Amino acid sequence: MSEPKTTSVDVNGHPCRVWTKGSGPKIGFLAGFGGLPRWIPFLDRLAESRTVIAPSMPGFPGATGHNILDTHLDWLVAARTLLEKAGLDGADLAGSSVGGSFVAEIAALWPQSVKRIAMIAPFGLFDEKDPAADVWAQRADDVPGLLCADAEIYKALKAMPAGANSVEWPIEQTRAAEAAARIFWPLGNTKLERRLPLIKAPTLLIWGESDRVMPRSYADKIAKAIPGGAKITTIAGAGHLAELDQPDAVAKAVLEHVGQA
Amino acid sequence: MKMLWFHLMPYTELPDDFKEKHPSVWVDIHSSLFDPKRAHHMYNDFLDELEYAAECGYDAICCNEHHSNGYGLMPSPNLIATALARRTTDTAICVMGNSLALYNPPTRVAEEFAMIDCISGGRLIAGFPVGTPMDTTYAYGANPSQLRERYNEAHDLVMRAWQEKDTFAFNGRFNQQRYVNIWPRPIQQPHPPIWIPGAGSVETWRWAAERDYVFCYLSYYGYKMAQNVMKGFWAEMDRLGKDRNPYRAGFAQVVGVAESRQQAMDLYTEPAEYFYGRCLHVDPRFASPPGYTTEATQRAGLESQVKMAAEASKAGPSTQAPSAMKMQMLARDMKGIVDNGYVIVGSPDDVTDQLMELAKTLNIGQLMLLMQFGSMSKDLTKYNTRLFAEKVMPRLKPLFAEWENKWWPQPMAKSARASLPAFAGSAPAAAE
Repeated sequence: MSEPKTTSVDVNGHPCRVWTKGSGPKIGFLAGFGGLPRWIPFLDRLAESRTVIAPSMPGFPGATGHNILDTHLDWLVAARTLLEKAGLDGADLAGSSVGGSFVAEIAALWPQSVKRIAMIAPFGLFDEKDPAADVWAQRADDVPGLLCADAEIYKALKAMPAGANSVEWPIEQTRAAEAAARIFWPLGNTKLERRLPLIKAPTLLIWGESDRVMPRSYADKIAKAIPGGAKITTIAGAGHLAELDQPDAVAKAVLEHVGQA
Repeated sequence: MKMLWFHLMPYTELPDDFKEKHPSVWVDIHSSLFDPKRAHHMYNDFLDELEYAAECGYDAICCNEHHSNGYGLMPSPNLIATALARRTTDTAICVMGNSLALYNPPTRVAEEFAMIDCISGGRLIAGFPVGTPMDTTYAYGANPSQLRERYNEAHDLVMRAWQEKDTFAFNGRFNQQRYVNIWPRPIQQPHPPIWIPGAGSVETWRWAAERDYVFCYLSYYGYKMAQNVMKGFWAEMDRLGKDRNPYRAGFAQVVGVAESRQQAMDLYTEPAEYFYGRCLHVDPRFASPPGYTTEATQRAGLESQVKMAAEASKAGPSTQAPSAMKMQMLARDMKGIVDNGYVIVGSPDDVTDQLMELAKTLNIGQLMLLMQFGSMSKDLTKYNTRLFAEKVMPRLKPLFAEWENKWWPQPMAKSARASLPAFAGSAPAAAE
């Protein structure tokens, strides 16, 4: 697993990290809850046949500037600016969890800016009869097992690497949870449902079979609200962040949807 | 020294197996545990106790705000303060306080506090807490990432609303109001004294000092564990060029006094174990919503942890730890409660000595006394309150006489105030 190229773009005067790897047509990826403190195998799989570009949303690892975004409109404009500056205008776009929600928003509000989209268990909805879990009200030890089918995978993602700053590393991880909270507190409901009918791009929805955060029923709701419908793929042995649990299977599903090249 | 009598208003009848059977006293405590007809008696007992404290000569009576909380039955402290304003005459009324970011619009706080100040004839102390994570972010759904920004803005709005003479438009980041013009307006000018309850955050100390407000450390863990926090506070005041006027600082202490130490242990063990065992049983999943603790405070906490690890010293519960985390590490039995210094219990001499030490080591001029705690009955509460007032208070009162308390209410002259219908506290010969 080789390292990606790291660059930075400016969003509202704050730097946002952009990772790039591979060759071929571009595909963007917006990370899920907790962000990407390190490169992950899932992005390597995509990079085998695509140019993968993974920009960090404000406040997620590698980026700051979340705390000047007050309204959902602020966040949407920031996401759009970030994708444009990362060179993803008109590209295929994938996103997981928190990031998946922005994939839907971008495709709804700026339909010309995306080709095909893939979302892994996106945030944005809340159903009282089938509530999503409260990711911000958890004992620290319970978080990895809530987000991934294999808790060890999430722990490894978040583990401090040798030589990292032992003060700044944990703060960066807390900041990622805060950024997500700033957008989605308290229920995760941004009324995304109202904008789903604007989506025109061919859409794939991916759901971990053992997702303990987002109920599977949300996939059907989302698919139903998109005029062209959406293909739903369930991934065995995967939790909420399916791309971490099953990088090969999720990458395969995404690549099949967007086309290998 | 000022002595303030502080009531938390705990539900006094949580079951014996509460800690075993229920995950949390706060946020999701089950409604089946609440009997409104029992609460009728509790509220009336608590109000009696507060009024009794006023009669006994305490400088102030205090209430505070909590939500979905089995040890704090005051979602609206302003209701209690108003009731007290009508049943007391000279005692200051300390509302500790209103969590500014929870009021929409925040001018509601300016209005209600002005009402209390008017009704009481200018006896209000206005407390502005940010509020705990449990109250604000979980029970009330406030966004932890915006809570402090909203608090700061709400503070600015309330202060302007009290002080500007003309109707104004407020064009804030979170609050926009075309016509800000509160009626009624506070008696105390330019505004009632402002007290800020907080924990060990340098930012809060600085913020309070810059505005010349009182900082109150509301801990349930006693003065011994508060030494580092208050040392840090005074060091920061030195850095800011502020004097060491002890009235800049308040501290809350649980106190139980009796004729002898043994008698005090006999009387106060049950309510103390109820308070630390049941009332402070909070699920740690409500401890630290991300963003509630600022990055500067996280950094200070982590740096001190790193430093302590490097020095291989044994770390106690960090002063930076969120309150619900600290609550997980608590002693729950009377021996631990006393040995750790959470409560001060003993004879009048014992209690006086320890409170002297508290006042001098922490340099505290505004002492908040928790004298009803846990399941304590009204009779025992009154006994505690009376004995303290007779045997301890007179010896503490002269402390810090050399300092001016610039943060105390300035009520209307007594002769200019309304006369209230007769009640025990207003009768001329009330003090037996």
